[in-house]
Amino acid sequence: MSLLQIQNASLTFGERTLWSELSLSVEPGEFVALIGANGSGKSMLLKTIIGSQQLSSGSIDFFGQPAGKNNKLIGYVPQHRASDQGLPLLVKDAVRFGLDGHRFGFGVEKNADEKVAAALAEVDATELANKRVGSLSGGEMQRVRVAQAIISEPKLLLADEPLSALDLNHQQKISELINNQRKRLDSAVIFVAHDLNPIIEYVDRVIYLAQGKHSIGTTDEVMRSEVLSKLYGTEIDVVRNQGRIVVLGAHDHQHHDEEHWS
Amino acid sequence: MIDFSDIINFSDYDQLIPLVFNSILAGALLAVIGGLVGVFVMHRELSFAVHGISELSFAGAAVFLLIGLDVVFGSVFGSFLAALIIALLGDKARDRNSIVAVLMPFGLGIGILALALYPGRAANKFGLLTGQIVAVDDPKLGAMTVISLIVIAVLIVIWRPLSFASLDPEVAVARGVNTRLLGIIFILLLGLAVAAAVQIVGALLVLALLVTPAAAALRLSSSQVVVPILSVLFALVSMIGGTLLALGGTLPISPYVTTISFLIYLIARSIAWAKARA
Repeated sequence: MSLLQIQNASLTFGERTLWSELSLSVEPGEFVALIGANGSGKSMLLKTIIGSQQLSSGSIDFFGQPAGKNNKLIGYVPQHRASDQGLPLLVKDAVRFGLDGHRFGFGVEKNADEKVAAALAEVDATELANKRVGSLSGGEMQRVRVAQAIISEPKLLLADEPLSALDLNHQQKISELINNQRKRLDSAVIFVAHDLNPIIEYVDRVIYLAQGKHSIGTTDEVMRSEVLSKLYGTEIDVVRNQGRIVVLGAHDHQHHDEEHWS
Repeated sequence: MIDFSDIINFSDYDQLIPLVFNSILAGALLAVIGGLVGVFVMHRELSFAVHGISELSFAGAAVFLLIGLDVVFGSVFGSFLAALIIALLGDKARDRNSIVAVLMPFGLGIGILALALYPGRAANKFGLLTGQIVAVDDPKLGAMTVISLIVIAVLIVIWRPLSFASLDPEVAVARGVNTRLLGIIFILLLGLAVAAAVQIVGALLVLALLVTPAAAALRLSSSQVVVPILSVLFALVSMIGGTLLALGGTLPISPYVTTISFLIYLIARSIAWAKARA
């Protein structure tokens, strides 16, 4: 039985179809990249897996139950946005929420403090532990979000553009960290990215969303000129250069803002 | 001429204290739940809702007084009604504010009407608006104790997920926290705490116990442990300090409580300001 099973899923808002007839099975240990233009519905796909957004049609099962029932087995890195300056939340407490924030009562997770310290160390954020989250830079915040998401050792990690505010060095480090954890735990990752290149060596499969359509397959199957041209309905060139992939001509056709849908 | 001894007067203190033992105990309970609930009032930006709930709580108490029923029950009834309306209709902050603003004058109006029709003594009437510390008899203390224990027990159980849901709602939902249910449970707890506070400090001044101490605590810390402790401490100092100061004079207790509470807030702001500049 697959870890995550999406069957004939469609999501429409009024006239607009974000994606339709999307079917996908994700196995334990799989690294899936979710690529597409702004507004193509990448974040929304994650939200339907979490269960906070209902599908227009189709079904999603995670760990044998409908979406939203097994969320404590999910780690989630939300899309980066500037957090409220005054939010009274310390970094170490935010990361701790990722471990046991969903649990009632005051029962204490074993070695909770050590786990928080270890998660922060893994993302190079040990020195941020006692800062307020509102005082962090974008890159710092994203690293803290990753620590918060991996600390529970989830069966499925959903990461919504976790690299967008990071410098190149940290992009590599965080991608590698996420990849190492999925190998160690045999867990699955769905990784939303604008650019496939920082994670290209880890990716097992790609979901490419564009113009209400999608293409799913290995990197070699999806990242080809004819496949993307068909998706976009216009001439697209996929150029490969020393293991990197550059997509030419797919400049965000849609000018809808992703924020609008999230 | 204002006689200063009406405001603060420590003569016969040793004989007065035993008489107000109930009041001090009730005040202490109220301070504990006010300080704890206040932390989440701040986290969830519900300050204005507190005010709205307290007016409906006042209306409930006044109507029950008029028709000869128990005032505490009336107070809880009004609180719950307001809390439920706010919880079910005001999901978004903007909706919530307008709903509170609509409910508040309506509740106050009904309360004033009920008091105007009530044939009893005027002093009893205005107690519900401005506080009546000496009027805590044994049954009332019992009701306050039950309310406080319920609020504290439920808060202990939901404390962690409620903090998660209040401070980081998007990730809380993703981790399986039922943020909507917690929001409704909390606003009902808030209703209970307000109903208890109306009995002691009066409807108009509930904010001094349910918002000001937590607001002051949050000026000084962002820690999940330190903030609730400071908030309860500030509420206790305001409440018990206010009661003890009010004892000898002839004035109601509320101005003492609100003044101490306000001074603590000013000091907390000054300390935060000084730390930020240092």
